[in-house]
Amino acid sequence: MNAPATTAAAAKPDALPKVRTDLLPLLLVPALALVALPLVGSFPTWVTLTVAGIAMGLIVFIIASGLTLVFGLMDILNFGHGVFIALGAFLATTVLGGMADWTGSQNIFANLTAIFAAMLVAMAAAGAVGMAFERVIIRPVYGQHLKQILITMGGMIVGEELIKAIWGPQAIPLPLPAGLRGAVLIGDAAIEKYRLVAVVVGLAIFGLIFWVLNRTKAGLLIRAGVQDREMVEALGYRIRRLFVGVFVAGSALAGIGGVLWGLFQQSVIPQIGAQVNILIFIVIIIGGLGSAGGSFVGALLVGLLANYTGFLAPKVALFSNILLMVMVLLWRPQGLYPVAKR
Amino acid sequence: MLRSVLSNDFPRSRVLTALLVVIVLGLAFAPFLFPGAKSLSVAAKILVFIVLVASYDLLLGYTGIVSFAHTMFFGIGAYGIAIALARLGPTWGAVAVGVVTGLAVSLVLSFVIGLFSLRVKAIFYAMITLAVAAAFQTLASQLSDFTGGEDGLTFKVPEMLSPGFSLAEEPFLGASLDGKLISYYLLFFVAVALFLVMLRIVNSPFGRVLQAIRENDFRAEALGYRTVIYRTLSNVLGAGFATLAGAMLALWLRYNGPDTSLSFEIMLDILLMVVIGGMGTMYGAIVGSTVFILTQSYLQDLMKLASGGVAHLPAVGGFLSALLSPDRWLLWLGVLFVLSVYYFPTGIVGKLRTRALGGTRRA
Amino acid sequence: MSGALLALEGVHTHIGAYHILHGVDLEVPRGGLTVLLGRNGAGKTTTLRTIMGLWHASRGRVSFDGADIAALPTPDVARLGIAYVPENMGIFSDLTVEENMALAAREARTAEEIDRARLEWVFGLFPAMKKFWLHPAGLLSGGQKQMLAVARAIVEPRKLLIVDEPTKGLAPAIIQNMMSAFRELKSTDTTILLVEQNFNFARQLGDTVAVMDNGRIVHAGTMAALAEDESLQQRLLGLSLAAHQ
Repeated sequence: MNAPATTAAAAKPDALPKVRTDLLPLLLVPALALVALPLVGSFPTWVTLTVAGIAMGLIVFIIASGLTLVFGLMDILNFGHGVFIALGAFLATTVLGGMADWTGSQNIFANLTAIFAAMLVAMAAAGAVGMAFERVIIRPVYGQHLKQILITMGGMIVGEELIKAIWGPQAIPLPLPAGLRGAVLIGDAAIEKYRLVAVVVGLAIFGLIFWVLNRTKAGLLIRAGVQDREMVEALGYRIRRLFVGVFVAGSALAGIGGVLWGLFQQSVIPQIGAQVNILIFIVIIIGGLGSAGGSFVGALLVGLLANYTGFLAPKVALFSNILLMVMVLLWRPQGLYPVAKR
Repeated sequence: MLRSVLSNDFPRSRVLTALLVVIVLGLAFAPFLFPGAKSLSVAAKILVFIVLVASYDLLLGYTGIVSFAHTMFFGIGAYGIAIALARLGPTWGAVAVGVVTGLAVSLVLSFVIGLFSLRVKAIFYAMITLAVAAAFQTLASQLSDFTGGEDGLTFKVPEMLSPGFSLAEEPFLGASLDGKLISYYLLFFVAVALFLVMLRIVNSPFGRVLQAIRENDFRAEALGYRTVIYRTLSNVLGAGFATLAGAMLALWLRYNGPDTSLSFEIMLDILLMVVIGGMGTMYGAIVGSTVFILTQSYLQDLMKLASGGVAHLPAVGGFLSALLSPDRWLLWLGVLFVLSVYYFPTGIVGKLRTRALGGTRRA
Repeated sequence: MSGALLALEGVHTHIGAYHILHGVDLEVPRGGLTVLLGRNGAGKTTTLRTIMGLWHASRGRVSFDGADIAALPTPDVARLGIAYVPENMGIFSDLTVEENMALAAREARTAEEIDRARLEWVFGLFPAMKKFWLHPAGLLSGGQKQMLAVARAIVEPRKLLIVDEPTKGLAPAIIQNMMSAFRELKSTDTTILLVEQNFNFARQLGDTVAVMDNGRIVHAGTMAALAEDESLQQRLLGLSLAAHQ
């Protein structure tokens, strides 16, 4: 179908369309931070909260990015995504528990090595489980929305129960490595060391995702496939393989995110997956289903808002995400960055 | 007569008819057939869930909407009764106030959620209801002055329904004629009435439009049906019946808390019952609820045995026994759920009907 | 070079419950431009989609360059050397013109690796592409999008180019540009299959022609013969012809 404007626009083919990047949603992030400043009152507190919010937002983004791309590519929403988060978090308890010498040391490099080891293990395990999950749970129900929702939800239940069978149903403490406990003072603002680590790791992973999506052929194919899967196939690319790749990568990222989230909470429960699932659903709805950039903005907004409201009005904090989602959808019913689909 | 009571929607399978008759008779005479407090509780739970599951099937099976907020409406009904009776005292007036308030809250809420999110894809609705339900559960435990928080509310029911009330000194056919028995039959007749109303709804022209939307919403839209309106109406109806089921539960338990009516586990139970019984058929709710709730305790007992049996096995014994521990019964239900969605998408009722159809064709 | 590059024999296609193609027989001769004509709903687009494997034939043979492709998945069909421009143009509107072209060039990992000479030749056919190289494709006008769609299809040499209604909704000036682009393409010996409603455009470009109705080919022959025979035009194309002339 041609757009109705075709004929009019075609009459002057040399008209130069302006390059217009939609920056408005991106500006919401600093806007939110600025609005919060007078409400919080104290500048050092505001800095502390903002860093915490960004750290949380980046972790949420790492988890949500795979989910939103899988949805965009194949129209599949995986309600079982939380399993990979929980898997990552529980593996972190095992790996960090087994590296007591490294985590007990005051040496930050030893601490970071332990965390990276946990992230690697979580990434590999979540990726492998993701591959199996795609094969067993998701592949048989392509194109059947109702069954997809039910089946992936079933996968979530089974995964959570298996985690309980392996690690037990109770909460497991996940203390921060010794050298990463406490805060550093920057000016008057106390910033927890681990949050800085989370920000750095989160930004690095965000950079990597951004680079893959924007600078590689695979990324180009993903961005194109999100818009028009059929055309990508007609150009001669096997999108199935691409999809499996994205699914596995998304699961691996959720595993890494699980490690970071578990350390953020300093304790891990089997329901962690289901809890974070709700958060990331809100994030990807806010961002626009299928848009990685949108989920980045959405994750930062959710992270910041959670920390500001947690300080200003703890009771409201629990609903702040839903309120944010409602407001965003009233403004842009398809999310901040709707993916142009045909 | 029967034709009009069942809205001309017969079980259409001899085995299914027999099964339904056994279940209905079993429930109708449960206090006399299976004496004991435990079994009466199980029977009452089945009655509540038949209504709840049928109301969910109105959404999932008949309209193709996946909602994860059904327990929210169930909870609203239960809290309506609990709060009204706890505040206004154990009178029938308070029951009426509780039911009407609960219904009003549910209807408004479901209408708003529906209008807001049913315009878009099924998946969108599933996600939003998941988030809303989680928020509502938090809200219910936060407003402890009002809802009793995590502890919930215990309250007295109208005297006629309370266990202390007695119709006759002597037991009748082995069952004592007390308030518990009256409560049970109140539940039974309410459940029968609500079920028949829902059966009527799905077999009305309105119900046919819902099914047309489920099959092909573009075509239904093209035929001139405003699908948003129909979906929203179906959502509102489902929410209304779930609220009534919640009220039934609270009256029976004389207690309500977040875990009894709002928890996500109950949502999963409902999903399982709908799928096992059979989506898109009201009879599936009867079969699904009964089979599921009976198995719930039976399976756990069985697993206790099995878990003990493998515990002595070397090496894998520990993990196997963890897998088979009664606490992990949800694991096996989850597996069962996934398998039934794959291989058994029409559930028990669908299977029986297909068999009956095959039988007549061969004959 | 002679004989058919692409041949359909007795192809039936069902979409869901609907039986759309009822035994299509179609030959696309090597090196020529074949036009597929017919009213709306005759099955032209379905025929193209069946060739591409976007829908699969329930019966019949689709052979391309000697191989049976009826059961192949779409990417494999494309990789045999078929470029396809769908009716909706299939432009990735969030991607830039450059990125759209880089995707179409399967051999190139980045836009820099696209064959430079070939690219300049494409720019020669569609100068607007060079001008808007770094702009998001969604911001192009309808005509420019159609040019991008065709440019994408020819950025690397392919054996067969299939285009679904290249002139749909375009202004006369753009149609002229399209016409000269196709003339240039014909001179490179590319085999082309066009679906067209615009008989005037089709007549000036086509070597052979096939007319569809109700899911079947009802006439096949040379364009010259059809262009001569007004009564045949009248019978096959009915009133739609008058509207276009």
